[in-house]
Amino acid sequence: MRRSVCTLAAIILWMIAGASGAIGLTADDLKPLAEDDFDAKSQAIDQIIASGDAVALRLLEALDKESVVATSEDQVLIQEGNTLKDPVTNVPVSTVASEVQPITLNNSLRARVASGLSGLRLQAPDRGVRARAIDALLHDPDPSLKAQIETARSKEVDPALKNRLDQLWALTALQDPDPAKRLQAAHLIGQRKDPQMRGLLLPLLEKNKDGAYAEPDPKVRAAAGDALKAMDFEQWKIEMVGTLFAGLSLGSILLLAALGLAITYGLIGVINMAHGEFLMIGAYATYLVQEFFRRNLIGVLDWYPLAAVPVSFMAAAIAGFILERLVLRLLYGRPLETLLSTFGVSLVLIQTVRVVFGAQNVQVSNPSWMSGGVAIMPNLILPFNRIAIMIFALVVVGIASLVLNRTRLGLFIRATTQNRRMAACCGIRTWQVDSYAFAFGAGIAGLGGCALSQIGNVGPDLGQSYIIDSFMAVVLGGVGQLAGTIVGAMGLGIVSKVIEPFWGAVLAKIAVLALIVLFIQKRPRGLFALKGRSVEI
Amino acid sequence: MNTPKNQAPDRGPAETGDVSGLAHLNIAGQIDLSHKVILYLEDVSVSFDGIKALNQLSLAIENGELRCIIGPNGAGKTTMMDVITGKTKPDGGRVFLGQTIDLTRLDEPRIARAGIGRKFQKPTVFEQHSVWENLDLAMNEDKSWFHTLGSRLSKKALARIEETLGLIRLEQQAGRLAGELSHGQKQLLEIGMLLMQEPRLLLLDEPAAGMSDHETAQLAELLNLLRGKCSMVVVEHDMEFVAALSGRDGKVTVMAEGSVISEGTLDHVKRDEVVIESYLGR
Amino acid sequence: MASATISIPKSLALPYRQPVLGRTAWRTLTPAFFLILALVPICSMVVPESHPFHLSAYALTLVGKIMCYAIGALALDLVWGYCGILSLGHSLFFALGGYMMGMYLMRAIGLDGVYHSPLPDFMVFLDWKSLPWYWHGTEHFIYAAALVILVPGLLAWLFGFFAFRSRVKGVYLSIITQALTFACMLLFYRNETGFGGNNGFTDFKRILGFPIAATGTRTTLFLLTFVVLTGSFLACRYIVTSKLGRVVMAVRDTESRLMFLGYSPLGYKLFVWTFSAILCGIAGALYVPQVGIINPSEMSPANSIEMAIWVAVGGRGTLFGPILGAFIVNGAKSFLTASLSNYWLFFLGAMFVVVPLWLPNGVVGVLRRLLDRK
Repeated sequence: MRRSVCTLAAIILWMIAGASGAIGLTADDLKPLAEDDFDAKSQAIDQIIASGDAVALRLLEALDKESVVATSEDQVLIQEGNTLKDPVTNVPVSTVASEVQPITLNNSLRARVASGLSGLRLQAPDRGVRARAIDALLHDPDPSLKAQIETARSKEVDPALKNRLDQLWALTALQDPDPAKRLQAAHLIGQRKDPQMRGLLLPLLEKNKDGAYAEPDPKVRAAAGDALKAMDFEQWKIEMVGTLFAGLSLGSILLLAALGLAITYGLIGVINMAHGEFLMIGAYATYLVQEFFRRNLIGVLDWYPLAAVPVSFMAAAIAGFILERLVLRLLYGRPLETLLSTFGVSLVLIQTVRVVFGAQNVQVSNPSWMSGGVAIMPNLILPFNRIAIMIFALVVVGIASLVLNRTRLGLFIRATTQNRRMAACCGIRTWQVDSYAFAFGAGIAGLGGCALSQIGNVGPDLGQSYIIDSFMAVVLGGVGQLAGTIVGAMGLGIVSKVIEPFWGAVLAKIAVLALIVLFIQKRPRGLFALKGRSVEI
Repeated sequence: MNTPKNQAPDRGPAETGDVSGLAHLNIAGQIDLSHKVILYLEDVSVSFDGIKALNQLSLAIENGELRCIIGPNGAGKTTMMDVITGKTKPDGGRVFLGQTIDLTRLDEPRIARAGIGRKFQKPTVFEQHSVWENLDLAMNEDKSWFHTLGSRLSKKALARIEETLGLIRLEQQAGRLAGELSHGQKQLLEIGMLLMQEPRLLLLDEPAAGMSDHETAQLAELLNLLRGKCSMVVVEHDMEFVAALSGRDGKVTVMAEGSVISEGTLDHVKRDEVVIESYLGR
Repeated sequence: MASATISIPKSLALPYRQPVLGRTAWRTLTPAFFLILALVPICSMVVPESHPFHLSAYALTLVGKIMCYAIGALALDLVWGYCGILSLGHSLFFALGGYMMGMYLMRAIGLDGVYHSPLPDFMVFLDWKSLPWYWHGTEHFIYAAALVILVPGLLAWLFGFFAFRSRVKGVYLSIITQALTFACMLLFYRNETGFGGNNGFTDFKRILGFPIAATGTRTTLFLLTFVVLTGSFLACRYIVTSKLGRVVMAVRDTESRLMFLGYSPLGYKLFVWTFSAILCGIAGALYVPQVGIINPSEMSPANSIEMAIWVAVGGRGTLFGPILGAFIVNGAKSFLTASLSNYWLFFLGAMFVVVPLWLPNGVVGVLRRLLDRK
């Protein structure tokens, strides 16, 4: 009884308020908020929303911030700091803060408050506030706000916001008795192409128990079907872009790993089985730099990658230099023995790292400017660290290209790769070139390890998982030209990622290996082999 | 009709070269010499990365001929040999062994089995095998893997090896590893291997390179031995050697920049202005 | 001047065929062979356990296992030492042979498994209702033995055909063999492939009716492996001393020159490669009943590379060297992993570095140099 009286009173008041706009909420309307009855609270909140004036706005904002309190006499007040204000008049009252209790709301009430707030804000004078309100409601549409949305829509002048308001209206208008409006709603939802709205359109195409469509009007059904197709296409596009990105990301890592291998193989003609360990050295060097910063330079910890880059390059380059001088040089001209020796070096390096750092993975964390991601499409977030690594890989390739094509060392490396004897006859110290080039290639692998540490785990077996893929990239791309390695690595990355959703990671790897073996049939020297008549016989 | 009774029995067109009114069977693998030409090159072109190594080269070698080819470096002589033996595929043109065997469609082993032997600029023998093993490998017999698994050295084969060893004067080195021979001895061994191969067409790329006068004379003897048995194409720079081989009537071809610039007897080409310009000098 | 008559020089007294083994070799190996055949059963079954000459089951299994490895090393030497193909995937053929035999042994368990079902235990565990098609027939030993030869052989033939036809050589080929074995290892790790996933096959009960762990069975397997090892060695010697062997060595040294002589390397390489794979498969099939387990880690790239080090340590291109190398390295491994397990990998790695550098001809090379000096 009391409830219906309150509701009636609320309606009458609302009508009056709507008509005059002057008389709004009274303290009595607010009383149910202080009580324990959630239904009453719900109705009171509805009433506040319906009243739609500045008082309501204030109250809703306060409820949203949970700064509404009640005295022991069920008087509702808004708390701002240490002062308590009367919501209707916005005048401070004398009640002391310690005498009041905060008003409790449950989740559904809070949701109502939030959407009601957005509904009111739809007509706020500030464009920014309106935009935010629209976005909030688009994310979480509330059909009960239909009236407010319609009014806001008719009053909106900003074309972009009007567009979004149209879509918002469409979300609420799908159940409208007028088929024309439903049709318009279906079209608008289709335009938005948000896959989350699929759930709203699918029921339109379902059939009832008696076989008839839930949606009687065929035009509306057709519009809903088109909208769904558009959404699915959008979803497919998102997946494609996502796969492409993942492929490029994997490809950029492979590129860093394969680049060093291509340089050393093209130059010295040996496949270095310890190449993966250069990656590992770079990653562990990054870890050590991070630890150093953490202990001594905690203030600039976020910038440790900048220091880690040269350190990992140098660490791997030095390791490569030593390897070349001590082992490879003595095995010159015997590629198969070199393969075996470098495998032994790889075993020793892995075991050393295991003994020194432990067999578990070590923690290398991203600095803050690399955390998070950017959402370029709904449901598609591209992580910053992977984007950074792609840019990093391009920069490294650019520098490598500069070194190979514009410096004297690069000239010597290229000459020695193409014709070692002739280069030696021209006075090039081929043994020195070997050492420096090998160190350079190893350093690039170290940079790859530094990059890897940012996106994956760092453990003693880090190199092993990338070594076969790097080899494949080199086999695919051919040696002697940078372009080959780039195409080989990127191609491999993208093809792996494209196949993965269909067959799973393991079969994708096998398929890629099989494809490469078949490809080698046609072009045994890879995509970009050095042409010309080589003096063989 | 009266046919003369004491006419010699009918010799086939492959020997007489007379094909009038005859259609003859193509036997796969056999070189069809009905037109007396054993090697045709027509408009053969090869380019490496834009540089034309062979430029519309046309050449024909008659059966039983010894043709010398001379020309400056880079003329394409070795590339021409690469094309004939199948190492390089031409970009255009036709290469035929006899009338029927298209060399551009066969790979190196099959071309060698068809009857073409080649001697390289650098002596390439099997250094880890002994001298007699090298000759044994070159021997003209069934070269499939199945046959060699159970093959034994027959008396005939042994006799042939010994005969060749005598010809190339390497009897004392029969058991030595080929890698231990001197440069000249390796050249001779390679010639010996070619003798064992019994080719129909022999391509020799600067066979006298790096040889002493004595060894060059030996070589000329050996090549004269082969003269009747097979056709030969010899690329050389040593003009005295060319003169010794071609004699007065032998044809000499001059190549420059990937094509033939002159052809004829040695005297003729020596006097040809174009040849003097590009190669011989005044 | 060419002489009219040619005198046949005395130095060229060549036999119609190079002998498989020299006289001294025959004289030492034949009695040793029969001696071992006679002594081993006595020492393992007749001599009491406390006696120092007794061969325990552990010793039988260990030496039997190493002999299987030796056969694998022999096979690898054939393709690497004589044909110049460094295969880093030979453990794949070894493991495949082992898996084929393993299939028979799993079926031979019958109903004595954990689940008492005609299906192997791991299939019951995965909730499979029937045998996959490729398991049918493996309850017959003859069929499984045929598979031991056919499966590695066919795979090797196919792979070799595509690889050699496209003239892939040298390190590229080695890397591709490594990728092949890696891919197959990944495949066998999956439960869906039907080969036991990462647990593989184990818990064998009997072979051809005999209990698999009994001393008699172990001894028989040991002797069988010994006979197969000797037979493989002689077969490889036969191949290597024939003209085919000489051609194959020429393929190793200067393949292109050989082609200009008219030999098609494809047939030769395929023969040696396939024969080697089959030999490895047989070795794997003998390995599994002795060791009692097979899982996908047997076909890891690391295993293949270890095989190469056995060959290198012993001396590649000698056939006897790899057998020696397999014994030396695996013997050392057995000894070291028992006492200094942390350092085994260092030792192995060091061996990989030192042997190609300072012992390019392996132990056999060192022995030969010592004998030559005398």
